Amino acid sequence: MRRFLRSGHDPVRERLKRDLFQFNKTVEHGFPHQPSALGYSSSLHLMAIGTRSGAIKLYGAPGVEFMGLHEENNTVLQMHFIPGQCQLVTLLDDNSLHLWSLKQRSGTSELQEEQRFTLRGPPGSSPSATQITVVLPHSSREVLYLGTESGNIFVVELPSFRVLEKRTISSETVLQRVPEDYSNRRPCELVEAIQEHPRNPDQILIGYSRGLIVLWDVQSNKATHHFLGSQQLENVFWQRDGRQFISCHYDGSYAQWPVSNDNRQPEPLESKVPYGPFPCKAISKIYWQVTKNGLPYIIFQGGMPRASYGDRHSISVIHGSQQIAFDFTSRVIDFFVISNADPAAEFDDPSAMVVLAEEELVVIDLKAPGWPAVHPPYLASLHCSAITCSHHVSNIPLKLWERIISAGSKQNSHYSNMLWPIDGGTNLAPDPPQRDLLLTGHEDGTVRFWDASGVCLHLLYKLSTVRVFLTDVDPNDNMNPLGEDEWPPLRKVGSFDPYSDDPRLGIQKIYLCKYSGYLAVAGTAGQVLLMELNDEAAEHVVDYAEADLLQDQEGYRWKGHERLKARDGPVRFEPGFQPFILVQCQPPAVVTSLALHSEWKLVACGTSHGFGLFDHQQKRLVFVKCTLHPSDQLALEGPLSRVKSLKKSLRQSFRRIRRSRVSSRKRRAGNIAEVQEANAKFDQGALQEMELAPVQRKIEARSAEDSFTGFVRTLYFADTFLRDSSRHCPSLWAGTNGGTVYAFSLRVPPAERRMDEPVRAEQAKEIQLMHRAPIVGILVLDGRSAPLPEPLEVAHDLSKSPDMQGSHQLLVVSEEQLKVFTLPKVSSKLKLKLTALEGCRVRKMAVANFGSCQTDDYSENNLTVLTNLGDIQIISLPFLKLQTRYPCIRKEDVSGIASCVFTKYGQGFYLISPSEFERFSLSTKWLVEPRCIIDAPEITSNNHLHNTSGMEHTGRKSRDLGRSSGDTGEDERKSGRLMEHALLNDEKVLKEIQSTLEGGRGRGDPIPIYQRSRTLSTRIQELYRKKFGKKSRRTWAK
Amino acid sequence: MNRSFNKSQTLRSPDCSAVEVKSKFGAEFRRFSLDRYKPGKFEDFYKLVLHIHHISSTEVMIGYADVHGDLLPINNDDNFFKAVSSANPLLRVFIQRQDEADYGNFGTNTLSRKKKALVALRNDNLRRRPHLNISMPHDFRPVSSIIDVDILPETHRRVRLYRHGCEKPLGFYIRDGTSVRVTPHGLEKVPGIFISRMVPGGLAESTGLLAVNDEVLEVNGIEVAGKTLDQVTDMMIANSHNLIITVKPANQRNNIIRSSRMSGSSGQSTDSTASHHSLPSSHVLQNFHPDEMESDEEADIVIEGGLEPQHIPKLHSLPSSSLSRINGSSLSHRLQRDLVLNNSSGRESNGNIHKILSSLKTDPRHSLVIPRGGIEEDGTVITL
Repeated sequence: MRRFLRSGHDPVRERLKRDLFQFNKTVEHGFPHQPSALGYSSSLHLMAIGTRSGAIKLYGAPGVEFMGLHEENNTVLQMHFIPGQCQLVTLLDDNSLHLWSLKQRSGTSELQEEQRFTLRGPPGSSPSATQITVVLPHSSREVLYLGTESGNIFVVELPSFRVLEKRTISSETVLQRVPEDYSNRRPCELVEAIQEHPRNPDQILIGYSRGLIVLWDVQSNKATHHFLGSQQLENVFWQRDGRQFISCHYDGSYAQWPVSNDNRQPEPLESKVPYGPFPCKAISKIYWQVTKNGLPYIIFQGGMPRASYGDRHSISVIHGSQQIAFDFTSRVIDFFVISNADPAAEFDDPSAMVVLAEEELVVIDLKAPGWPAVHPPYLASLHCSAITCSHHVSNIPLKLWERIISAGSKQNSHYSNMLWPIDGGTNLAPDPPQRDLLLTGHEDGTVRFWDASGVCLHLLYKLSTVRVFLTDVDPNDNMNPLGEDEWPPLRKVGSFDPYSDDPRLGIQKIYLCKYSGYLAVAGTAGQVLLMELNDEAAEHVVDYAEADLLQDQEGYRWKGHERLKARDGPVRFEPGFQPFILVQCQPPAVVTSLALHSEWKLVACGTSHGFGLFDHQQKRLVFVKCTLHPSDQLALEGPLSRVKSLKKSLRQSFRRIRRSRVSSRKRRAGNIAEVQEANAKFDQGALQEMELAPVQRKIEARSAEDSFTGFVRTLYFADTFLRDSSRHCPSLWAGTNGGTVYAFSLRVPPAERRMDEPVRAEQAKEIQLMHRAPIVGILVLDGRSAPLPEPLEVAHDLSKSPDMQGSHQLLVVSEEQLKVFTLPKVSSKLKLKLTALEGCRVRKMAVANFGSCQTDDYSENNLTVLTNLGDIQIISLPFLKLQTRYPCIRKEDVSGIASCVFTKYGQGFYLISPSEFERFSLSTKWLVEPRCIIDAPEITSNNHLHNTSGMEHTGRKSRDLGRSSGDTGEDERKSGRLMEHALLNDEKVLKEIQSTLEGGRGRGDPIPIYQRSRTLSTRIQELYRKKFGKKSRRTWAK
Repeated sequence: MNRSFNKSQTLRSPDCSAVEVKSKFGAEFRRFSLDRYKPGKFEDFYKLVLHIHHISSTEVMIGYADVHGDLLPINNDDNFFKAVSSANPLLRVFIQRQDEADYGNFGTNTLSRKKKALVALRNDNLRRRPHLNISMPHDFRPVSSIIDVDILPETHRRVRLYRHGCEKPLGFYIRDGTSVRVTPHGLEKVPGIFISRMVPGGLAESTGLLAVNDEVLEVNGIEVAGKTLDQVTDMMIANSHNLIITVKPANQRNNIIRSSRMSGSSGQSTDSTASHHSLPSSHVLQNFHPDEMESDEEADIVIEGGLEPQHIPKLHSLPSSSLSRINGSSLSHRLQRDLVLNNSSGRESNGNIHKILSSLKTDPRHSLVIPRGGIEEDGTVITL
């Protein structure tokens, strides 16, 4: 078997490996990338979101999530739940319809594609004849009405998708009774809207794009009412009682139409342009919600004055004299209003409005005064400001957890305290075994704290570092809410704000000590902030220190950005993490590595120039070390950040080419065997020069003179045997891009004299790896070959104290090799040459603890390694034996690979889009995945049944008898209904029975589109395979 | 002389480990013996020869006559060992002054040819244009070698590039391409990796063993089939200190024809230290320069302390490379290494080693392993 290719064939070990390791992609956190459709089931209380890549996601109560993927990867245009059933229909942009079902299997529900269908016209007809524009699932659950571009409406049966040709509503028949002068205007261009009458399922309202609206009787197959609109139609909406409906139009107007038996061709009751009189944009969707107090809620999308506010993405809510135009940060995809779910109720009494914008989900509480937003428990927009780094902390102590939550709750006071209104389904997943925090750093200088314990990634607290600095934009003078007299009454909602005031504020490294509550945050302009958790708001001066990393190096000129200016005097901070020290590296290059030792009260940071150690107890810089190679010009050019201009990188490329041409001595220095980023840039330049030369790669050994060799990649604190084997001491280890490891022995005064004596540091060792590959990780293993515990871990009795008897070992992980050395004499013990053997390079490395799923008391530490090919390898400690490997991320997905973080218990996260984290698990024991169940609709949809059919008292026709009896089980109900129909001996009913039977036959032998047992992750894998021709690997699904 | 004769007799008996050496310098002969299986180091042998001939201050070249009568040089541990072990029964050693040395004499059948047409040759020599003064192999550094000729198909070539200690860049580029393979279904196009460009003056070009459009099949024994250009690039760079690439040359005319391969004794060596197919056997090429001895191993440099950078290389699993990073190739270092190898506790204190070294330097014969019979010099026994 492939996965055990390089391992021994010890059957015991193989069995153990199966108990320890298992790869699963479990859940996607965050906001779906490029959403394109929204659906809602008022009976199931489930919301569905479709995306441009063909994914559909269903959300209910927190923890209730489902994901599905259309094989075609086409944009989802529309999603409609079948009333009262665990089914939904999706329309893709290839004009195909797909039926999805939530099926229960072994106690949980699964989302599966059941059936697919493409509407085809007679041979030779134009494609637009069958291009679907509107889908109406009828409340009978038996048919779908499909409006098309040609103006014809097709009726297909569910779930077989058989076209009922006799019931097709052609535009000709609709026009039969329309006045001639009106029909000459070709009003039946395109079907814009089909809505079922709220009280009479036999009547549907059909709106055509040119303005004609007809009320169609399904039974008699003819139009009963004609509404001759003069404006181009956008949408229609029935009022609850069915006596009136609203139409909205392209010119920004809406009209209210009466429906009565007296007038078959009425005039609108009211026609209004809410943001007139100047030309307005279209109102694309409207809701008219009646309330007990008589004043309706009129909610519509768009309609803004074209000239001045035409670029706004707005939804207006009008309720009596209150009117607010909610102004969204990105395009509105769709919205719905949650109202009284009981269809028999007299009033809608809307409670919330759910708006899907392109970049975020906004829910507005319509009951609370002022209509505040509701804090969503999921679908968080991770990318409010672009994510620049992430940091995961497992097993947060309860005390710290509560303090962070309380700090966060003070920030969320402007949110409504309404319970989350979308609450369908039941979450069956066990409570998360521990509290995990995921911290994301953002481009705008904020750090967000996410509850990553369970399926719902939930924002706990947001920390901004901006206050410490003087920036161009004063945070206090940001846009004030518009005054009352402003028209239109716009109100900004949502948090998506991708524009950063100052790119230097970007967060690059985060380190949180969960025991002490110390937080270190480092950024793009060499700034390092040390923070402490304070439950009260406070105003204080932030101490300032500068670390000159160039030291005595002369003749360098930093050409990058300036350092950030710190604010003078005391600064007021909110409750939460409050900075007390600012260390700024000079030159202000991006901080590339950070380490914090909360027990010794030391923080170390590194840039492309060197690294420094700061004593935050005495607020004193202990030492700095310049790692810059004298010939390294690039390191001085400026920040190595993604905002670097193309012009600049091209200029650099050309300079490098020129340099390599000019002097042959320098030639060996000018190579591309270095950071991949620089590589790409070089290629860019080289390509321009060589025009159509094929893609080629230069083979050159690394040299000490390569660029960015001094770039500090990793910093690590360890209490170990650095100088001799008898005495251990604190030490700081630093690894560079050029394969150099520096080790400093530290003397930290005992606690009682901690403030009096200085911390001393002395360089004890310098190791130059001959292969000169960048060092991505340093780790010290104790006498039992276990990694040294984190600071304070032992003090809090959460870890065994390290074995200081046996000899310690040093593990150095470079991009190319893993190497174990003895300590204190650094001699090579063993190594694993990944690159030489496989051509892959290490991108991320972490130690993880794997527990066995069979025996509770067995666990072991292994290295988890992510390579540039997107593979994850598990490597044993301390013998560096490859245990298993899994393909995880596409190798083309550079940002996905760069964003990956591992947890301490064998899980991980990586960005699959700017706004979504994929969560994966390598462990059999720690698995966070959605487990939920959606109750069968018999119970929840009873009311709905009564709505559509339960109008016995209003004198319904005979076929409703059957429907009203359907309270027992679906199948029973169906057969029962058929029996009754048969007894009725009605011709129409007989026909229907026939069609049902045919449909049933079709149903009995459905086309297996998906094998039923396929899980979510295998489906994603299939997709990948399809897209990128990746071979199926057995290692994937265990 | 009776005694000496007897000695000689015992030495010549096949089960004896001693090899009789007859050393000729000008018209003078000296005789002594060496252990056939443990002849010691070339350096020490060299000192011994100078000592015996009383020409300590002269630079000389040492040659020997092998079984075929070829005059071959002795200038490193390996050919010294070869010379001693192949001596049958007598090892005839010829010593020439460095400045008088006729390098042209080395090679196949030089001795026998000389005997046959001595006069003619001499005239010939006079007519030939003056010799280029080519220095000895130890003044050269290997830049490349063709290895594993015996196990590879004739259409393939396994090239080893030595980069260490070399100032030249490796200097070549690779690209994606397609090659045609013969399969059961006929010819089939498969993706492959090819050399696309040579950097002028680079190591790859200067070897003459690699050329543009050669298909790369393996990198250090690992097949590149199925790997991307970037993967192969990374593999080559990771192995750049000792890069072994198996290529299918675009030009198939210069291939080594296996049948005409010369016998091992006449100097053609195959270096297969890093080959994954055969056991490391001969290390002939590794003795040219200590820096070149890193077979598959690279030595990291560890600097202790922060003050005076003092290079203390660590002891590796492969002992031959342990001290190779030290720039000097002086005798004392070599002896130090020998001591370390022979006596693992010898490394414990540097001071001790230096004491031993200083005492040893004067007489290099200490480290030569001398058979119990002692050393003979034309009847005059040198007792050590």
